[in-house]
This record gives sequence, structure tokens and C-alpha cells, in this order.
Amino acid sequence: MSRDFVMVDNIPVAIEGEKNLLSLIRKAGIELPTFCYHSELSVYGACRMCMVENKWGGMEAACSTPPKAGMVIYTNTPKLRRYRKMILELLLSNHCRDCTTCEKNGECKLQELAERFGIKRVRFQNTADQPKLDDSSPCIVRDTNKCILCGDCVRMCNEVQNVGAIDFMSRGAKMTVSTAFHIPLAESNCVGCGQCAAVCPTGAIVVKKETDQVWAALNDKKTKVVVQIAPAVRVGLGGKLGQKAGEDLMGKIVAALKRMGADEVYDTATGADLTVMEEANEFIERLESGENLPLFTSCCPAWIQYVEKKHPELLPNVSTCRSPMEMFGSVLKEENKHSRRKTVVVAIMPCTAKKFEAAREEFKENGVPYIDYVLTTQELIQMIKESGIYFSELESEAIDMPFGDKSGAGVIFGVTGGVTEAVIRRLAEDKSSAELRSIAFNGVRGMQGLKETTVQYGERELKIAIVSGLQNAEDLIQRMKSGETHYDFVEVMACPGGCVCGAGQPITDAEGKKKRGAGLYAADKMCSIKRSEENPVVMSLYSDLLKGRVHKLLHVDYQKGNR
Amino acid sequence: MESVCDVIQLDKILEKYQYDPGSIIAILQDTQEVYHYLPRCVFPYYSSKLGISEAQIFSIATFYENFSLEPKGKYVIKVCDGTACHVRKSMAILEQLRSELGLSPSKKTTDDLLFTVETVSCLGACGLAPTLTVNDKVMGMMSPDKVKELLTGLKEGTIDA
Repeated sequence: MSRDFVMVDNIPVAIEGEKNLLSLIRKAGIELPTFCYHSELSVYGACRMCMVENKWGGMEAACSTPPKAGMVIYTNTPKLRRYRKMILELLLSNHCRDCTTCEKNGECKLQELAERFGIKRVRFQNTADQPKLDDSSPCIVRDTNKCILCGDCVRMCNEVQNVGAIDFMSRGAKMTVSTAFHIPLAESNCVGCGQCAAVCPTGAIVVKKETDQVWAALNDKKTKVVVQIAPAVRVGLGGKLGQKAGEDLMGKIVAALKRMGADEVYDTATGADLTVMEEANEFIERLESGENLPLFTSCCPAWIQYVEKKHPELLPNVSTCRSPMEMFGSVLKEENKHSRRKTVVVAIMPCTAKKFEAAREEFKENGVPYIDYVLTTQELIQMIKESGIYFSELESEAIDMPFGDKSGAGVIFGVTGGVTEAVIRRLAEDKSSAELRSIAFNGVRGMQGLKETTVQYGERELKIAIVSGLQNAEDLIQRMKSGETHYDFVEVMACPGGCVCGAGQPITDAEGKKKRGAGLYAADKMCSIKRSEENPVVMSLYSDLLKGRVHKLLHVDYQKGNR
Repeated sequence: MESVCDVIQLDKILEKYQYDPGSIIAILQDTQEVYHYLPRCVFPYYSSKLGISEAQIFSIATFYENFSLEPKGKYVIKVCDGTACHVRKSMAILEQLRSELGLSPSKKTTDDLLFTVETVSCLGACGLAPTLTVNDKVMGMMSPDKVKELLTGLKEGTIDA
């Protein structure tokens, strides 16, 4: 059988269905530089960094050229090196060059490529404007001064998330990425998912930081700091602090937080167990009444904002359950109500939209939020670095009492399909481990954007859909509206892949995301409690703190605002 | 200066293009024909009807020089600054217009919304240089002195355009 080859730097490389030369060249072990290429986004071909030379001395952008048999290309010629250096110099000529004070310092693609191509001097006068920060959003901060117009954020916002809050404005030298009428992001239709920040190669879009406020609370002796850590965070730190990507680092995180001065550390998975209980009840109620089906999950705050801004008519279908973070937040505040010290609840999340959620009026009592600060995984890493703790040498510590138990069902909330699997575990009458395994292989697992499964509940066969990525959610909504399809239960996570791929997590590639998901399923295996209803903490909460107050503490009505 | 959009008018335009998001440029052109600029209220309306984001429509409206987001005057005067007009001192005409009306390169429309003064690259009427147009009516062989007469005539209604 003959195969088709492309000669890359005099080495034959087989064409195996690659969409473009770029992936073929990278397969051959050559890291072509790019700013504007992301495999999950459409090809834009704007940055021109991935140019290659053909045998006639012509230049082609590898990202937008399909491989053809017999092609002869070169990736590292004097002409190309000169060309790439020139692009970098020109980009730097109107770019803020204060790398040391940039949020993206050390993780900036522009900085990395400037270093890689040995840019030691920029021959052009710096024409950068004064910075115009848009810090109106509680989730992200935009600095147009650091934008290189690669358009990654624009395509992410439009294509993957179907939000379209930002686009290119004006043209030529005046071109910027902005909102319609340049309104502050907080007033736009942005849902706060932060995926734009996750693909931004420079510091033009970054996560809003709250580390100073948290340090202040940690150092204040009169304040009791209670921390809850989301499931996805434990598998997000690896690869950053000298640990393996996707490794469950919960024990070390607890130890680090204790060293930094946290008084109590809990696992948001415990909050997730409460969510499973409430959401399963709600689902059963709706199945019996037949009203407001399908039931959409409500854990994801970016999804909630998407519904509010784009599909307010679907709000009655969204579960009234608060997110695990908010459920646990109100429980923690209630528990500490009579404490002599002021209690500050800090939530460590893989998510930028959680910052918005924490600031919502619905989640405040007498003006005081249930969650005082939300830190992203990125910020946690920053704090650990700042504290000087040798993370890899930390001895793991257990989470605190009285909320020291969680179920595996709560832990898998952090990955797409996890909420559904947890709810199915609760609904299934068969509580054997064989049944647990069959649920896991029922189509709920995997990183695909749309998964479908059916579950037997009594006489009924329930149709369930799991979507991640808001464009996938939109497609599903449209298919349901047209009557093409019908579901009883729909899990929606705004970030493709679920919370493990949240914008608050350190940036990683597809492989890294998969490892994080696998890390959570491994953590589930290590949990002696598999189902939320078996968690003794949940049981005691229902018979004590939550008695008669389930609705007040665990539910929310987004339609009416404050309850 | 926000005019209330006439939904019936906008629907008529959308109807003409069968609500095709791909025709957004033509839709915006027709809209500008009606209002002489693109009022802010058309953006959310078209966004909801065409299923494209407001930011994307705004992106298109700011990409093309021809679209205006600012209201324009009753009389839009475009002074030709093509090569032929330029060498025949069209800039003096432009300056005369601006000083008479208190306008500048950044302020193109008078506060009473009567006049808008712009430049245009070539009107293709080089034989009449220097030329200008008032609402697409061509006025040839202009001079700074004739500008005064033109403005007075337009104000008093003795010249129609």
C-alpha cells in the first residue's frame, strides 16, 4: 500500500488525515510558532508566525494550507527566521513591554516567542497607547494595550460559546477587540465564562485577582477563614507546581492552605452532595408533575447567565438548586453564625464566572455574601508560590470536621457528565457496585461536547443529554425547540469539558484536560462513599442545620431575584 | 441624540433581504438610507432578528468608513479632494466651509443638525473641479466665495438639494 508523504525539512512525513500542514509539521516533532491557531477554533491565518517555505522559495501559512502528497517544505530557513523576527518586532513595537508587572509574566506566548527567537532589541519606536483597562467585570480584566489582534478570544466567544460579547472594531491601525459601542464588559452580554482569557496568548485578557483581599483575611487574627475547594481544583494544579498533570493534590492543597493561615478547609464535593440530593428530588417532583421538563442543571454560573441573557423563557426549566459552592457557602455561614470571630468564606474554584455568582444579590444575606471571595486555581498557585512553600514536599492533610466527608459522586462534579452520573447514582434503585460500573459506561463519561444516554426509572425510560460548551447548548436548545428531540434532564457546563477545563485553571492542552478528567474519576474510585445519600455529613445536615430551612439555604429563584 | 427606531421600517428592510444574516451590509446600507446614520437602537433589534451578535454588527459598522454612527445633518456636503480638485485648491473650499459652520476634522456636523461636512476622494467629475456635492447633487467650479452663497441659499431655501 502506497502512502502519501510531505517532505518536511528533507524528512518524509506521512499524511494521516491532518487538516493542515501545521498539525503535520508538529507531528514531525517541529514546534512551529503560532499565536492565532487553536485546533478547536476556526483557522484564521492572521499571525503569520507559522509560515513555511516551499521548494520554489514561496511562503505559505501552515495553518491554512492542507497537506498534499509530494509537497516539499522547509520550516527553518534564513528567510523564515528573518520573517518571524520581523513579525515579533512589529508586534512588540506597539505592545506594552512591562513584562515584570504583567499578570501573564512567565506564561505569555509573546514573551515566550520573543525569547525563543532571540529578540533582544526592537528597532521601532514604541507607539503603545496608554492602557485602557476594562475591569468592570467581576470575572476578567481586559487590557487592549496588550492585545496582538490574533482574534482567539473573538472566535472562542463566538464559535465555541455563542456569546459574541466581543469582536474586532474599526480597522487598520485603529483596530481593537471590544464590545458593541465599547460598553464596559460588565454591561455587555458577556457571561463570564472566561474562555477568552484561557485562549489569550498575552496579558490582554486575564482573570481578575482577589489574592490581596484573601491574604488580608488570612493574616487578620480576628477573622476566621473557612475555605472550600472545588473538585476540579485538585486535579488542576499538577503540571504547575512540580506535580504530575491531572494528579489529585487535594491533601497537599489542604496542607498548603493550613500553612498559609486558613482556619478550616473543606471540600466543595460535600456541597455537591447536597446538590445531588436536592436536584434528584426536584427531578423526581418534575417527573411526577410533568411540569417544566427538561430539567436543566444549575451548577454552572456562566450557563445561568447565558439563560438569563439569551433564553429567559427557559428559566422555569432551570433547577432551583443553588450551585454546590453556594449551597456549601450558606451552610458554612449558618454554621458559624454565632462564632465570636468574623467568618470569611473563601471558595477556590476552577472558574471565573464563580466570582460573578458570589457577587449576585441572590446570594447575600443582609448585604453580606455567603461566599466572601472566590479564588481561581491560578490565584491559589500564585499564593502558594508567594508563600514560598515547597509544594512537592508537603505532607498531605485531611479536610476538617464537621464536614469532613464527601462522596465520589460529589467529586466527579468537576468534569462534564459528572453531575448527571451523580444524579443517576442517586436515582438508581440498584445500589450494587456492578450497577455503579454500568452507569459509568452508559455514555456519561468522555470529553465530547454532546453526550446522550437513557436511564430506566421505574416504568419510564428517561432521556438525558450532557452538553459542555455553550454553542453545543444552543444547538441542543434549538433542536428541542424545533421538536426534533426531547430530553428529560440536561446537564450544561459552559466550558468545553466541564469545570476541569475552566478558565480559572492553569492553561493546558487537550491531553492535559483529559488527564484532569481521568484524575477526578480516579479520585472517585478512592472514595469509600460513592453516593451522595450515603454521605454522613449530608445526613446529619438534613436532620440538624437544614431542618425546615432547605428551601431558604439551598435553593434560589433566578426569576424573581432575591428570595 | 437618540432617535426611536421605527420597527415597521426596520422590518421592511429585513423582509427585503429575507432576514438573511449574510446580507447584513446591505441591510445596514438601507438603514442608513433611511436615517442618514445608524441609530444605536438598530443594533439590538437586528441582532435579535438575524441571530448575529450586536458586537459583530458593530464590528461591521465600524469597519466601513461609509457607515456613520453619528447623526448627520440635513445637508451632507462632500468636498472632493481627488487629485484634480486638490490641485485646484479644494482644501481652501473645505476650510471655508468649516470656518463658516464652526466645524473641524473631528466635528463634522453642526449642532443644529443642518450641515455635515466631509471629504471624498474623487467624485469622477474632474472636469468641473473643484467640486462638491450637497446630498448627492453635484456643484462644480466651486470657490471659497461661492461657499458663502451656497450656505445662505441652502439655509434660506433658495437653493434646493
